[in-house]
Amino acid sequence: MTRRRPTSLRRRLVIQLLALSAVLSALIFLAVRISADRASEETLDAVLGAAAVSLAEAMRGGDRDGGSVTVDLSPVTFSMLAAMGEERIFYRVDLDGRTVTGYGDLPLPAELPDALAPRFYTVGFRDTELRVAAVRRSLMVAGRPAPLLVLLGQTRDGQEAIAEGLANRAALVGLVVFSAAAIFSLLAAGSLLRPIGTLAEAVGRRGPRDLRPLRDQAPAELSPFVTALNGFIARLRGTLSQTETFIAEAAHHIRTPLSVMRNEAELALRETSDEPARARLRRLIRAVDEGARSAGQLLDHATVLYRAGQQEMAEIALGPLVAALVERSRPIAAMRDITLLPSLPAEPLRIRGDAVLIEAALRNLLDNAVKYSPPDSAIDIVLATLAPAGGGAGAAMAEIRIADRGRGLDGAAPQAFTIRFRRGSNVGDVPGSGLGLTIVAEAAAAMGGRFDLSPREGGGTCATFALPLPG
Amino acid sequence: MRFLLVEDNRELSASVAMRLALDGHAVDAAATLAEAADCLAAASYDLILLDIMLPDGDGRAFLARHRRAEDRTPVIVMTARSAVSDRVDALDTGADDYITKPFDFAELEARCRAVLRRRGGEAQSLRSYADLVFDPFAATLTVAGESRDLRSREMRLFELFIAAPGRILSKDHLCDRLFSFSEPVSDNAIEVYVGRLRKKLAGSRTRIETVRGLGYRLTDQAGQGGGA
Repeated sequence: MTRRRPTSLRRRLVIQLLALSAVLSALIFLAVRISADRASEETLDAVLGAAAVSLAEAMRGGDRDGGSVTVDLSPVTFSMLAAMGEERIFYRVDLDGRTVTGYGDLPLPAELPDALAPRFYTVGFRDTELRVAAVRRSLMVAGRPAPLLVLLGQTRDGQEAIAEGLANRAALVGLVVFSAAAIFSLLAAGSLLRPIGTLAEAVGRRGPRDLRPLRDQAPAELSPFVTALNGFIARLRGTLSQTETFIAEAAHHIRTPLSVMRNEAELALRETSDEPARARLRRLIRAVDEGARSAGQLLDHATVLYRAGQQEMAEIALGPLVAALVERSRPIAAMRDITLLPSLPAEPLRIRGDAVLIEAALRNLLDNAVKYSPPDSAIDIVLATLAPAGGGAGAAMAEIRIADRGRGLDGAAPQAFTIRFRRGSNVGDVPGSGLGLTIVAEAAAAMGGRFDLSPREGGGTCATFALPLPG
Repeated sequence: MRFLLVEDNRELSASVAMRLALDGHAVDAAATLAEAADCLAAASYDLILLDIMLPDGDGRAFLARHRRAEDRTPVIVMTARSAVSDRVDALDTGADDYITKPFDFAELEARCRAVLRRRGGEAQSLRSYADLVFDPFAATLTVAGESRDLRSREMRLFELFIAAPGRILSKDHLCDRLFSFSEPVSDNAIEVYVGRLRKKLAGSRTRIETVRGLGYRLTDQAGQGGGA
């Protein structure tokens, strides 16, 4: 079975409009041609008829018996005959049923004309076709009236040439009309489909995490789709929000007893000197810490997913935010004699973003750096602006680089660390949930930013979190 | 130091209070915001540990009132929710820091110290022993009038010794206090830090003695007639 290509509304509309204009142009062509033909024939007939009448009137009957006729050609008759152009003229004059002059074999009309009202007909004569005007009058010959029939025939070669010219002109008119209609139909298709295009673009431009309702003005015909789409988005938001609330509640109910457990274990540890019991208590505290940490990371993850969907961007001064976060990490770092060395620019570096997402991302990165750093080492935190890659394409970025002297990536691809619950091969016995870097990557993606891990020269890891600067 | 602990879970409150008391701090516990307000009216504290979800209201509202009253007592928020937005909120409302439950007491101590140092650490108690004067907040040690800088771990280790001069402290005890439980610790780690601390104490008439098989103790050599 072959799969049909999806139909394009635009193509269908254009094809239909073009077909319609083609039919219209053909009709215009025919109408112009037929009426032009008819008009030219009528004109020529009028001249031919007038010439025939003029000829008939120029006849003077002789006085003697025997039927002599005199033709007194006036200049008007002449000029009329001359006006007939390059055509050949044939004539026949019958007096009293007898041909007195001209071509006796010029066919007579099927019906004799009434008096001087010319009767026109087309006949084949010799090897050509003639248009003939026939008129009749009575002529006084030898004192008595005798019927006079004048036939004036004319070839119509010239008229055919004229008709051909007219046909060409009519075709040209048809072509012009068709082209105009084609241009118009393209424009019409474009303007009709523009709202659909706008809507499609608005939907396509959204990131996969953007769960704001569509607000673009859609034409009435499309509004059911927009309403349905917004309905789905609202339901998804509701589900995410419920998940976040649920995890927050769950975390609260788990963390309070965990705190009691940890404190009691620590107190017991201080009170006993029995080594096996102490070892057990230490393992208990470790497990509590790990459980609490996982609960926290799960909640952070849910929060990041939810906030990423909300896209509540505000103006944020990145410099002070990074400075505050570094200050907040100092006590933990100092516990292991790790020094944090921030290098921040003088200007605040304003960006558009979600402070909660940035906080979650940077705190995870700082926690990781501290966690995996050896004691007595230093962590560099650099905030800098980065010109667009390739010298123009894309936006300038604000980049935060956190470089530690920890155990590095162990040769693994940086992307491997952002997979949920996936941890490095060299984490050893450092506890962790495998969610931290997933959170960072998701936060970066939600704000149109970028997150990279790279091995640091001389050992350690460099984490880069970059956010676009407003253009 | 005197702490005000505002926490509604009785068990948690009791264990935190006991743990702080073991480190030589005085702790008043309040289970509600109303009790906390009474305590604040009656006494002055060096630091407030504040839970966010309390039976009679939100800890953040309390915090805002506290700040409006221009009370400069530093506040560390203890949160179980740990949602990022909760933490951001807490700091916006004027908390000096936050700590997520369950917490390591070493971390709590470190945060308290950092907060008090930021605040200017006015009411800090200098401790002295023999020719040593120790300022836990400025993290400085004066040896016979000469100032020495201590790194964080050296300082915490020294704090343990100067809190109980002459008493033997076991390696295990020192390990538990100095290293987090999630941190892999080698057997000689304590020896390394004791070694460093001895260098910082050079020129003093005090010494950190190794008591074979038992641990270490801080002694004043002058009393025993010996020299360093």
